[in-house]
Amino acid sequence: MSEVKYSKEHEWIKLEGDVATIGITKHATEMLGDIVFAELPEKGSNVEKDGTAGVVESTKAASDVYTPVSGEVVDTNQAIVDDPSKINQDPEDSAWFFKLKIKDQSEMDTLMNKDDYDKFAKETSA
Amino acid sequence: MNTKKTSLYQLHQESNAKFVEFAGYQMPIQYSEGIVEEHKFTRNHSGIFDVSHMGQLFIYGGENLIKDLEKIFPLDLKNLKLNHSKYSFLMNKDAGIHDDLIITKINEGFLIILNAACKDNDIKILKELLEEKYKMVLDENRSLIAIQGPKSSQILNDIIAGVKDLNFMSGNWFSFQDHKVYITRSGYTGEDGFEISIPNDFVDKLTRELINKGSKLIGLGARDTLRLEAGLCLYGHDLNKDKTPVEANLKWAISKERISKGDFIGSDIIIKQLNNGVSKIRVGIKPEGRIIAREKTKIFNQSDVHIGEITSGTFGPSVNGPVAMGYIENEFSKKDTKVFLEVRGKKHPANICGLPFYKKSYVKGATK
Repeated sequence: MSEVKYSKEHEWIKLEGDVATIGITKHATEMLGDIVFAELPEKGSNVEKDGTAGVVESTKAASDVYTPVSGEVVDTNQAIVDDPSKINQDPEDSAWFFKLKIKDQSEMDTLMNKDDYDKFAKETSA
Repeated sequence: MNTKKTSLYQLHQESNAKFVEFAGYQMPIQYSEGIVEEHKFTRNHSGIFDVSHMGQLFIYGGENLIKDLEKIFPLDLKNLKLNHSKYSFLMNKDAGIHDDLIITKINEGFLIILNAACKDNDIKILKELLEEKYKMVLDENRSLIAIQGPKSSQILNDIIAGVKDLNFMSGNWFSFQDHKVYITRSGYTGEDGFEISIPNDFVDKLTRELINKGSKLIGLGARDTLRLEAGLCLYGHDLNKDKTPVEANLKWAISKERISKGDFIGSDIIIKQLNNGVSKIRVGIKPEGRIIAREKTKIFNQSDVHIGEITSGTFGPSVNGPVAMGYIENEFSKKDTKVFLEVRGKKHPANICGLPFYKKSYVKGATK
């Protein structure tokens, strides 16, 4: 199994070969509350590291979803668009957002491992 | 200025509330179950709302007070029966709304429930208008809770016998363990329910008893989705000083009797608008897909002309889709008119629709 990495914007990313699966963390869903809307990038589009690649909305507010690495969108998870509550239920597995064919593997090195992210999440929410 | 806490603060904390600052108060936005579950629980069972931040203004006086208040509010107050309530507005000379409120005739005068963010200014205005002729008390020794939803009548009646016999928009004094509480059958969720004015020292006890009988604490987040589904206005968003009750599509709340005579603050404008129509009006707006159009979203017609703006918009858990309200040029206000909402740079189709979005009959039998 490949290692999961985390961004400061509360995305997780799992790399298998040159394809990365990206979603938002459980901590992010807890901060957002009930998610009632999700918008994903278009398949075939290119996204840049730290750029906007989607939107999630709770009953209260909209939040951008960023991509932690650059690449071409090769797949998106329609299931979470049809039923956004899935994101609250299983954010770090079946409720992934999109898959990227990544451009530059070294971008992964700028991200946090699980321990560092957990620490970061705890500090920033305190 | 320090943020204030209501007398239920400790109970909110015990109940894992997430707090937000609202109108100078620490208020619960939600509890552990979250806004969607809290919303549905209120629709299907019973929810308790701490609305103690709202102003409870008692004004004491007799016949002269009635006459003076009729110069301020567009209501037929001389015919308002004891313990009956009316929805109304405090307006400026241009009929712009300073606040929307509920006024109830009580034995010694009137009780007016004011929005938290407006109450201090309202009282300043009322004191000036009434020239300090009457005793006015913004009672901060009393808390206010609402209990809303289909099971609320039974739950509250088990603790305070007799409340189930109250009619909608009427109230009375009851006692809770020998303490005087004033209860009205009213609320702001589109559900049957009650608002209870109770001394601060006993609100915690009453609320815990209501919870023991099966009701649950509900935060301001669900209060907002509930009121929006019910098509009810939120001051500071759907109503403000630049909007009149006629523009807000609330002319039903203006007494016909009073319009014929005119003589209240803002009556010139109100009568003019009732006779000649208004250029913009509040409507319900239903986006076609799942897109949520928030406050300040621009509305366009089919020719891409800017024709209005959203004033409240969210996801309605009982409607199971997005809902919004806004002001639109009158000629586009007809039901089923197609409009476009600009969200994140893209225009999304929506339709003008009647209010409320959610009716009791609509969901009865449709859910579990």
